[in-house]
Amino acid sequence: MDIVILKDILTVAATIILAPIIGGLLTGIDRKITARMQSRSGPPILQPFYDLIKLLGKERLIVNQTQMMFALGHLFFAVAALAMFMLGQDLLMILFIMAFSSIMLIMGAMSVRSPYSKIGAQREIVQIMAYEPVLILMVVGIFLSTGSFMIRPLFSDMFSFGKPLLYDLPLVFIAFIYVLTIKLRKSPFDFSTSHHGHQELIKGITTEFSGPQLAVIELTHWYELVLFLGLITMFFARPVWIGIGIALICYFCEIVIDNISARMTWKWMLQATWIVGIGVAMTNIIWLYLK
Amino acid sequence: MGLVKKSRIKSPWVLHYDCTSCNGCDIETLACLTPLYDVERFGIINVGNPKHADILVVTGSVNKRNERVLRNLYNQMPEPKAVVAVGACACTGGIFKDCYNVLGGVDKVLPVDVYVPGCCAKPEAIIDGIMLAASKLEEKAEALKEAKAHA
Repeated sequence: MDIVILKDILTVAATIILAPIIGGLLTGIDRKITARMQSRSGPPILQPFYDLIKLLGKERLIVNQTQMMFALGHLFFAVAALAMFMLGQDLLMILFIMAFSSIMLIMGAMSVRSPYSKIGAQREIVQIMAYEPVLILMVVGIFLSTGSFMIRPLFSDMFSFGKPLLYDLPLVFIAFIYVLTIKLRKSPFDFSTSHHGHQELIKGITTEFSGPQLAVIELTHWYELVLFLGLITMFFARPVWIGIGIALICYFCEIVIDNISARMTWKWMLQATWIVGIGVAMTNIIWLYLK
Repeated sequence: MGLVKKSRIKSPWVLHYDCTSCNGCDIETLACLTPLYDVERFGIINVGNPKHADILVVTGSVNKRNERVLRNLYNQMPEPKAVVAVGACACTGGIFKDCYNVLGGVDKVLPVDVYVPGCCAKPEAIIDGIMLAASKLEEKAEALKEAKAHA
């Protein structure tokens, strides 16, 4: 029993230390690939780490007392969701904690008086409205397929589900990839804030976060990225290395989509996500139910 | 400490403000972002938000109307920060120097760290100027720390 607890603690510690390294490297590779697609040479792979450390070394401009707390909450819940995922906890609970993490960012952006920040936060709410039903449907599909909300640890000797979930949930997987574009803030759905330069809302939801606060939010993105790639891995994880390979391929596809599409309006996103995302996921679930 | 120093040099985020430029220097500044010059290879990003910026790039001379805006932008940037004056107008006021509404170069309002001459300044010169300003960020941070310790 003690050994099991020790193993859990080690898993969580490894997750907290390794996830940002993996997430940061992936972000760096993302920027490099994006640059190459635009026939530029691009920043070094370690650029996200330089950005993060520089931001940590900047002056703390305190807009109000609560803003840093919300940024830290954003980080804390994302780390908690990832740790729960690695420990193989309740998938539904992980989704709720992820939603909590997003809500923290929205509250932080809403706590200041900048209109850019507020409109960015409102758009983030619209994004949550768009993708959350699809994520819930994904969990429903997994429940129908496996009979449980629990997921076993990814790196345990054998993955819990007998065969890859993709055989049962191909359409849910497509819906999830679709939604992932919103979650990773990629074009055409990057309107609450974007990773690159200008947009009509300056930097949208992160406009009023500066220095260390922005660093915390950036760090949270890396944890989230690892969590989402982990969720993709879950669909394919047998053996887990194939799952990781497919997750990386999906990430590459997201980069391609990011580079070939322009930003759409939030109305378009809401319609498209609800019709395509929910429609496709529901079709899969009905099929699963009738089977 | 070396890591923070290296990161500051490697990741200068730029805020570009057009005071009363004729747009010549602005076009050259934006040309730096194109694939030909690709400033992102030095980690330079045009952020468009003073709260995220390290370096303020100003083009054009300062007049009585935009002096307030320029000061406001500078004050919103978190320390350590640097100012780069791009083009003849931003350095000295250029051909508009004697106009009744023009105060002169950017250094009449803000402490300028790097002057990039030219009309218009070449993209290569602008990139050089920004990198020079980035290398000055560290000594500015040191000076700031010392000033705080003495205060």
